[in-house]
Amino acid sequence: MLDVAAPMEKPKTAGEVAQIVADAGSAGRKLEIVGGGTKRGIGAVRGADAVLSLVSLAKVIDYAPEELVLTAQPGVKLAALEKLVAAQGQMLPFEPPHLAKLLGAGGQPTLGGALAANLSGPRRIRTGAARDHFLGLQAVTGRGELVRAGGRVVKNVTGYDLSKLIAGSWGTLAVLTEVTIKVLPAPRTEVTLLMFGLDDRRAGEAMTAALRAPAEVSGTAHLPAATASRPPLGGEMAVTAIRLEGFEASVAARGDGLVTLLGRFGRVELLDAGHSREFWAHIREVEALQGGAGRLWRISVPPADGWRVGEQLGGEALYDWGGGLVWLQSEADPAQVRGVVRALGGHATLYRGEGPAFEPLSGPLATLTARVKAAFDPLGVLNPGRLGQG
Amino acid sequence: MKMPLPDAALIARKGQIVRALKRLVRGEGVVGDPAGLVPFESDGLSAYRQTPIAVVLPETTAQVAAVLAWCQANGVKVVPRGAGTSLSGGALPLQDGIVLGMAKFNRILEVDYGNRCAVVQPGVTNLAITGAVEADGFYYAPDPSSQIACTIGGNVAENSGGVHCLKYGLTTNNLLGCEIVLMSGEVVRLGGKGFDAAGYDLMGVVTGSEGLLGVVTEVTVRLLTKPQTARAMLLGFASVEAAGATVADIIGAGIIPAGMEMMDRPAIVAAEAFVGAGYPTQAEALLIVELDGPEAECAELSDHVADLAKTRGATTIRASQSEAERLAFWAGRKAAFPAVGRISPDYYCMDGTIPRRELPHVLSTITQMGLEYGLGVANVFHAGDGNLHPLILYDADKPGQLEAAEAFGADILKLCVAVGGVLTGEHGVGVEKRDLMGEMFSDVDLACQQRVKCAFDPDLLLNPGKVFPRLHRCAELGRVHVHRGATAFPELPRF
Repeated sequence: MLDVAAPMEKPKTAGEVAQIVADAGSAGRKLEIVGGGTKRGIGAVRGADAVLSLVSLAKVIDYAPEELVLTAQPGVKLAALEKLVAAQGQMLPFEPPHLAKLLGAGGQPTLGGALAANLSGPRRIRTGAARDHFLGLQAVTGRGELVRAGGRVVKNVTGYDLSKLIAGSWGTLAVLTEVTIKVLPAPRTEVTLLMFGLDDRRAGEAMTAALRAPAEVSGTAHLPAATASRPPLGGEMAVTAIRLEGFEASVAARGDGLVTLLGRFGRVELLDAGHSREFWAHIREVEALQGGAGRLWRISVPPADGWRVGEQLGGEALYDWGGGLVWLQSEADPAQVRGVVRALGGHATLYRGEGPAFEPLSGPLATLTARVKAAFDPLGVLNPGRLGQG
Repeated sequence: MKMPLPDAALIARKGQIVRALKRLVRGEGVVGDPAGLVPFESDGLSAYRQTPIAVVLPETTAQVAAVLAWCQANGVKVVPRGAGTSLSGGALPLQDGIVLGMAKFNRILEVDYGNRCAVVQPGVTNLAITGAVEADGFYYAPDPSSQIACTIGGNVAENSGGVHCLKYGLTTNNLLGCEIVLMSGEVVRLGGKGFDAAGYDLMGVVTGSEGLLGVVTEVTVRLLTKPQTARAMLLGFASVEAAGATVADIIGAGIIPAGMEMMDRPAIVAAEAFVGAGYPTQAEALLIVELDGPEAECAELSDHVADLAKTRGATTIRASQSEAERLAFWAGRKAAFPAVGRISPDYYCMDGTIPRRELPHVLSTITQMGLEYGLGVANVFHAGDGNLHPLILYDADKPGQLEAAEAFGADILKLCVAVGGVLTGEHGVGVEKRDLMGEMFSDVDLACQQRVKCAFDPDLLLNPGKVFPRLHRCAELGRVHVHRGATAFPELPRF
């Protein structure tokens, strides 16, 4: 965790970032890399001598709505960016969750943080993850070198796709100093279909049925009764939700088709666009499990098996991504959680509570991973211990 | 294009190498005789040919692992190959290396509609995946023009695109997992059926790595549900500028078409002469815009697109009224390359991407360059995502024309980079654009990429001579010197 006494550096240019990292390498010091600091509690950085904050690298460098690309510094706040693109009728396609409240953090999440953690919201199932919209970067590796990779256009295969590698590396390979992302037009409208009282397995079947239909579903979530009874829904029954987005006529046509298809799962109610937006913000931010005390897991599994996570581990669950993403508040032993999830072909990350956060790797994958880390950061300057692998 | 100097000692060991490989892959899986090697001498970049020491055609992951481990232990270079359709020389053999052909990995292992994915072997063709699932209403989205022949393993290596990737993404956006074998023979599984995996996104960096990091032995792809309907529109314009402005207007209206293609007049004329698709041959630019989704959506959006085109002065506006007509609209575009092949003895296809706003400037500059080189050029263009395919017309039998075409192509790619674009949108760097990498990346950038190569293949035996203009030994790249109180890494090599 954060050493409160560690001095904080706030470089204003990429060159300053490179100097700080290079100096740390020469002096054998370690750095904790932060943006808004909201995700600092996930994965403990151990033994950092200083904090390198990117809050002063917060400019939008270029935004060309008609080109569908946006280039910005990593410290730009997600909320500000969302406002900027919304003013042009566009959106961040991966619908990044902010999670500050879930994690009990005071700051505001940044674009760089969302990319470094590869965090994606409910639209992941249709539009893709953060990594899918990460087109190019400038970053400082652990060697203190300022490098560029990728490009500023939406289609590019020139050289290795280092953006993918950096996405989800949690600041352990390089410090982002500039990123280019793909943006998309925001949907004109949306509607959500709600079903009530389904058990987890049946809800999984309903979500799968919706995803197998040619309906371009852009959100599928399930809150079991215990989770649905918490704020903000405060309902009495389990809630299963399917989101459709797009042009009005299209959403209406697809909605009609799905209502018929899902009739066998019981009554289907519709949420209008405004309420639908509110509902999916709840899902994206995992609001039902905010403020809890127990361990909170983010679990990624093959979607069709999502319901088995709750069945085998108990606790309070919130299912997103058609079952592929399970937020689980559970008192189960961490080893048991990891064992169950691994057997289902997935992995678990501890977002709240004591213990190692990230899934340990083993075998050739672990040694390959260590070599990749050494390729970028041979001296272990960046976020030591964060991924639990030294 | 220069390849690394072949190692004569290795070539001299051919007999021993073939015998050793035959012990690892029994039966007909090792080709060593000169006649048998001929089909493997080249890939889709057919101006280049080299005869490898041998071709190995394994059938199991264990055989791949054994072959790679043996080659690593014996210092033998390996070029992986799918169907050999690479347009950038990604599968061009090395004279002192073997080709590892993955054609026998041709089975679809599992179709899992519950998780909307398919697990396939790398030698399965791109189109065969869709073929296996379309009766159930599914398809695999990336559709490179070679999809009838190219393999999914090759698609992973090249991160292949296609006409529908503006809306549905490249290969990398449609993968869930893969199994790769490292040069050491170690087998690593990356990803699975879930939406993300533990650890670094190594699958993300393997995708598009052009066969330099590992050999793909299994792929899990996402399956999408087929749109209910699709409608294509033909829009003719009197200028490239008007067509380009229409593209911007369409995207500005919040419409992301399933496909949005542009052809310039030489391409229109060639395609029309070849297939008679009904293209307006007087137009200076033609757009094909495909909309898909429910009928109600296609109807609404095609009206909208027609209005936008009209505002920009379109001279032709037609919407397909039947599936047959939709396919006819596409027939000319899909036949554009062979159509150009009929009007010119040879053509050379480029693949840069540019910010779309630069299109008029780039096309007029290309036309000017063509005049200077004395070579014709026809342009087809994935207009939605800015991926340009100028086809340079030349005659290889005329002395100097191939060299002129290559120089012209290099100038086009430099222009793409100069206006903020990139060298290759979907065909890969390979050998073709290798020596232009310095236009886009500094030596420090390239060294960083090459260190990733070193993490996967420290002896640089997997597909060397591709992508990187110079191969630095990994020991040299890995050096880190730290001096107390000194400036940062003064001894680090800066190339």
